Amino acid sequence: MKSGESFSGESPNAYQPSSASQANRRQRAVVLQSLAIVGVAVTGIIAWHLIAVGFKLPSALLPRPLEVFQASYENRAKLLQGFLITGLAAAAGLVAAVAIGSLISVAFSQSRRVRLAFFPYIVFLQTVPIVAIAPLLIIWSGYEFRTVVIVTVIVCLFPIVNNVTAGLTTVDRQLSDLFSLYGSGRAKRLVKLQWPAAIPALVIGVKTSSGLAVIGAIVAEFFVGSGSDYEGLGTLMTLWQGRMATDALIGAVFASTALGLILFGAVELVSRTLLRRWTR
Amino acid sequence: MFGERLSFSSTPSTIHCDDLTVSFENSPNVVDAVNLTVNAGEILSLIGPSGCGKTTLLRCIAGLQTPSCGTVRFNPPASANNGEIGFVFQQPGLLPWATTLENVTLPLELIGWSTREGRRRAARESLAAVQLADAVAKRPSELSGGMQMRASIARALVTQPGVLLLDEPFAALDEMLRTDLGNLLMALWQKRQFTAVMVTHNVAESILLSHRIAIMRDGKLEQVIENPLPWPREPSIMRTPSFAEFFGVISDALRGKHGLPVGGLSETESSN
Repeated sequence: MKSGESFSGESPNAYQPSSASQANRRQRAVVLQSLAIVGVAVTGIIAWHLIAVGFKLPSALLPRPLEVFQASYENRAKLLQGFLITGLAAAAGLVAAVAIGSLISVAFSQSRRVRLAFFPYIVFLQTVPIVAIAPLLIIWSGYEFRTVVIVTVIVCLFPIVNNVTAGLTTVDRQLSDLFSLYGSGRAKRLVKLQWPAAIPALVIGVKTSSGLAVIGAIVAEFFVGSGSDYEGLGTLMTLWQGRMATDALIGAVFASTALGLILFGAVELVSRTLLRRWTR
Repeated sequence: MFGERLSFSSTPSTIHCDDLTVSFENSPNVVDAVNLTVNAGEILSLIGPSGCGKTTLLRCIAGLQTPSCGTVRFNPPASANNGEIGFVFQQPGLLPWATTLENVTLPLELIGWSTREGRRRAARESLAAVQLADAVAKRPSELSGGMQMRASIARALVTQPGVLLLDEPFAALDEMLRTDLGNLLMALWQKRQFTAVMVTHNVAESILLSHRIAIMRDGKLEQVIENPLPWPREPSIMRTPSFAEFFGVISDALRGKHGLPVGGLSETESSN
């Protein structure tokens, strides 16, 4: 008997369409989806313009799309700088949250008592309004870049701890038995079974947190920016709101949205690479 | 097939279960004072209605379940921690992120055996023995159900255990694959002569694959029946009158009709 199985119909790839036609279909789907997204955006911009013109709204209340574009172009250096600073703070906070959250989850997975004692405080981080503790953190940590990162870590931590802890503690029973059978210790079980099994959960946690990271960074910048040289997107927003520069403010809103999308896309890209072993 | 590459013993052990009892809080004994001896180099099937304690008994033998009282002894001594006991689970239970080769290497890694290259060589040999030599680089998601179960068997045998425990290994497979993998198990046993205990719901499978059949009910070992069919066995034996007769005997015993033995079959052991 040849390697594999002796009966027909056992090949897992039987009856599957060719990979070339599958790729074509996938490409077409991507193009159509992209066109739909662009179409919605264009429609939205046209509607926005018509509302602003039709209702003769003042620029301070609702500037026209072209005015927003002009204001953004004039402030491009500030916007780019803010984009980079806020992006760096959000990314640094997210990475730190992944590292800290993973360590906390590993500790939780190793001891039920530790989990029961400390998990409520992780939930506390999720439930406490970040706008309430941001001023406190500024008092303790200063009008600094690091304060923005700390706020971002706090905002990002819960989804990561929650997901990774679940991933580490809900390992398939048979696999767990297999490790018990061969007398595997905690360390080996953690490295060879629990941690790899928790990677998909970690990815879900990081994806959720990637959106929160930008929100956390901008909220922190609202508080930090007003009293320092720090110029993230959040500080620019505060500044332009004070000056009633609505056109530039909307430009900053678009920049922060783009930042969120880029961060989410980067996480998606990394997670796809990371999960290749799980999904292939 | 396996050569002489492993340093630890793969001598088949006799398994003695003495007054083995497993009980959980607020429930009757799951396994109730079972006395059972599985002879070295024989395949014994454990059959019985769902929830009768077969799997719990098997887990006790494997050391995965601590009995409330009683003991399990191996003669010569055997321990899974040394790779002397292999276990095939009901589901293949392969690590989804690892290749077939990495999955089969795992027990050797866990018991700390040899070098990486030595482990990979042993795993390749074990995979070749179950006709999966070409699947070493594939991940479980790329394997069919039958191939996954073959990989699971290769993983259980990679340490050359003297004792192999199987928990309804073919339950999730269709009839043709069951027969196919049953043949594979018989071929492996013919070469290795390990002691095997197999939990199954399938009467035909238990008759085809085992020397003796132990029937359990409500946690108790009701009887152990000698299988009169000769070895080596081919699947064609399932079409013989003697197979049909013995099938009837086991079916009757499962339905609770006592009064065995019939036609040369002997009741050899009982817990009661």
